Amino acid sequence: MLTIKNLTKMYDQNVIFKNLNLTVKEGEVLSIVGPSGIGKTTLIKIMAGLEPANSGEITINNEAISIDGERSDANIGLIFQDFNLFPNFTVMDNITLAPINVNKVPAEKAKEQALSLLESLGMADKADLYPYQLSGGQKQRVAIARALAMSPKILAYDEPTSGLDESSTKQVAEVVKTLKSRGVTQVIITHDQFFAEIVSDRIFDFAKEVVR
Amino acid sequence: MSYLATILPSLLSGLKMTLGIFFLTIIGSVPLGIIVSLGLKSPYFTIRWLINGYIWIMRGTPLLLQLIFIYYGLGMIGVTFPRFEAAIIAFIINYAAYLAEIFRGGLQAIPVGQYDAAKVLGFNKFQTFFKIILPQVIKIVVPSFGNEVINLVKDTSLVYVIGLGDMLRAGNIAASRDVTLMPYLLVGLIYLLMTAIVTLLLRRSEKVLNTWR
Repeated sequence: MLTIKNLTKMYDQNVIFKNLNLTVKEGEVLSIVGPSGIGKTTLIKIMAGLEPANSGEITINNEAISIDGERSDANIGLIFQDFNLFPNFTVMDNITLAPINVNKVPAEKAKEQALSLLESLGMADKADLYPYQLSGGQKQRVAIARALAMSPKILAYDEPTSGLDESSTKQVAEVVKTLKSRGVTQVIITHDQFFAEIVSDRIFDFAKEVVR
Repeated sequence: MSYLATILPSLLSGLKMTLGIFFLTIIGSVPLGIIVSLGLKSPYFTIRWLINGYIWIMRGTPLLLQLIFIYYGLGMIGVTFPRFEAAIIAFIINYAAYLAEIFRGGLQAIPVGQYDAAKVLGFNKFQTFFKIILPQVIKIVVPSFGNEVINLVKDTSLVYVIGLGDMLRAGNIAASRDVTLMPYLLVGLIYLLMTAIVTLLLRRSEKVLNTWR
């Protein structure tokens, strides 16, 4: 379970959000919606340890995680808007690089795990391709597999449907549902109300619930 | 032909000097250039200021002058190096400055998202740099790096100024002794051969790096 308590983020004197409170239950899919530029991405970056918050608290399963922006523990997997795959590695290596180098998983085991992740995402035949050879939707699934390979406690998406056509959007929705059925807790940042409604258990309206 | 055969041994012994300076400069200046380029991104103003000063001096004065200064100039204040070592030091610190600027450009071309992705996956800064960032920088800098390497092939001829016997100097001696331009012609051909080999190797490495984009 993820709990955010009284989280405040300011740039200089500019309040992005103030005393934000939010809970995501185990296995839940929560969408955070709101217009662009409102601070949703900032929130997800703070959760992932990429940006510091000014005050407040984030806990995962009642354990506080640091919010100084210096954390680097793969507790929260993040699917970036433009995926940020590593162009110099194949799909397989993109997925196994972190398990092998960070978690010291034996290469063979990491490969097996990556292959089963790719299979579950319908991408097993793409293991030896490089990112530039993939479509947007395929890159996204590689990004999902790469994040899941580190067994994060929460999987977060930043605008997963931006730049995708209708059929790719449906595929993302399928992936989210498949992962939900496997018990993965997911947080989705989106301005796509329709997508949010079809995939989430609960919608958090950033504009309404956040004090600025 | 028989004349060329008589001067070839002296040219080849000069070539040994030329190649020695060439390879030692590459071995020394590449890692130093990478370190200097990282220093350019240091959060400390003093470090950036010092490194910018170093690059300014190295790029702002002739390499010939730097050779003279390191061999004769430092000698005058008591810091003496043998000729060959002085040449290697001058070449390494000169080329490292140019390479640092090239690497800096390469580093700047890597999107922040690559660092973010690495951090979210738990990589430390060391792993991020060597596994993820550096390979991408290398791909970007190979063409400009190649330019510098070809310059270096020819710049090695500057060591004559501190009395080292490289290939051009050997040709020079033969030409003035025998009153002919033939040695120069041969020397020119050998330089062309060296740059051709370098060009070929660079093309090949570009091709290998093009398996990904």
